[in-house]
Amino acid sequence: MIILLSVLCTVPLFIILIYIFKEGFSKISWHFLINMPKPVGEAGGGIANALVGSLLIVFYASLIAIPLGIMCGVYLSENQNTRLANWTRLSVDVLQGTPSIVMGIVVYFWVVKPLHTFSALSGSVALAIMMLPIVVRSTEETLKLLPDTLKEAGLALGLPYHKVILRIILPCGISGILSGVILAISRIAGETAPLLFTAFGNLYFSTNILKPMESLPLLIFNYATSAYDDWHNLAWGAALILLIWVLLLNIITKIITRKWRVQF
Amino acid sequence: MSNMMNVWKAKKIKRSVRQIRAEKIFRTSLVLVSLSILVIVVAFLFTLVIQSLPSIKALGFGFLYGKAWDPVHNIYGTYPFLLGTLLTSFLALIISIPFSFATAIFLGEYYPRGWFSDFLKNAIELIAAVPSVIYGFWGLFVLVPIVRSLELKIGVTPYGIGIFSASLILTIMIIPYAASLGREMVRMVPSSLKEAAYALGATRYEVIRDVILPYSRSGLFAGVLLSLGRALGETMAVTMVIGNTSVIPKSIFAPGNTMASVIANEFTEAASSLYLSALIEIGLVLFLVTVVINMIGKRIIKRFTTQ
Repeated sequence: MIILLSVLCTVPLFIILIYIFKEGFSKISWHFLINMPKPVGEAGGGIANALVGSLLIVFYASLIAIPLGIMCGVYLSENQNTRLANWTRLSVDVLQGTPSIVMGIVVYFWVVKPLHTFSALSGSVALAIMMLPIVVRSTEETLKLLPDTLKEAGLALGLPYHKVILRIILPCGISGILSGVILAISRIAGETAPLLFTAFGNLYFSTNILKPMESLPLLIFNYATSAYDDWHNLAWGAALILLIWVLLLNIITKIITRKWRVQF
Repeated sequence: MSNMMNVWKAKKIKRSVRQIRAEKIFRTSLVLVSLSILVIVVAFLFTLVIQSLPSIKALGFGFLYGKAWDPVHNIYGTYPFLLGTLLTSFLALIISIPFSFATAIFLGEYYPRGWFSDFLKNAIELIAAVPSVIYGFWGLFVLVPIVRSLELKIGVTPYGIGIFSASLILTIMIIPYAASLGREMVRMVPSSLKEAAYALGATRYEVIRDVILPYSRSGLFAGVLLSLGRALGETMAVTMVIGNTSVIPKSIFAPGNTMASVIANEFTEAASSLYLSALIEIGLVLFLVTVVINMIGKRIIKRFTTQ
């Protein structure tokens, strides 16, 4: 009975994966990846603007979130019991639990209103705030597992504190930190809700960070809920690409965690 | 000779002054970064409250139990959305609990190691990794027709989309949260307790029922709370299959709306500032509820793991 229920959990997952592979595979081609979406009624078209847009938005979000997250994780693992550390841990937990649409609302008022335009920058900021808890948490957990003797040995040899952290501790924990970072990237690659009213989507090809930008999940949402079969086909192909991207990142995370782990 | 010694001493002092300054800069920047994360969260709450103030002042508490959501006539009542959110989330929770608990017990007690356990664990974590738009997309094109034919057989209006479909999709999406956490909790039951029960002649099922489940009861409950928090905040998959009608759903098979999906649909079209402010107040309520539930869950886990 228990075995049946447990195995039954995975059945929907495989149904979904197989269905998306089946539907999307026939839609993907080189033509699909290079071209822009065509107006409704014309066959063909592709998702080039969404692919490039997704990559750019995720790249900028990582640029913001990774340094901040790692530094915060270092601080939290070094100072266990100070008041600032406890409050920061609480706020990281709060950030992890907020619904993504609420993040979109807040970043709308922080970035979109002052700049008077939807922009890829605001989308990146929203996604960066979503990445922060995952990166902070994984860095803190990884660094807490490292023995204190490493840090003490470095300090005893006369190294300054920042060199001890940056040259000894962080490289030792690189597997955990990197796996947290890649997990965070795979999580935000598929997020739509924060981008709905920050990056907003763009019908044209744009790499300008201060203008609206299209993104894969946004494209899937808009085209899937539209009424045109051409757009549905584009959405299936885009869904397959997004799925492959996310699965690949998860597999890479697992490989990294296993191969680069430093055992003590 | 003494000249060289002086030069060497001067260099050493200059180097150590620079070092101390670099250390100070590093330490201060660590503190600043943590402070900024704290400030971000406080500013979050602040922004939400300030932006929903116009709506709070204009509509008061009737907002929460008003039954009509009519932006055209400036009537805003969130009762339909509260109902939609609670219905979908709790229905999804109820359906997913047997699956999550079964997986937790299976992976924690029966097969903690081995290739099948690894495979099942990875598959469950993969469920959580798939983006929610893909669930919504698949649900819209595969699940909704199935539900439609089911509704035809039952005899209700065959919408297909509706609270029931949304709950089904949510069920699939929230299984991993309770399952992974439950597995950790079940594995943490001390072997001495289990061995004592076995030594007294208990069967495997009795050990699970009378030793493992009561011991990890709070941990399993925390997993359920985390799943609930996830279900409450889920936007995209629900928006695509729930039908987006801002009325109180007549039955479980009727379309409705949840707090998250109404924000997603109507935010960019909110014409008046009161409309926008009402939507943000819904966001504030959603934020507070989800955060409280997640906090309670995490507090229980922390208490359980440091026992």
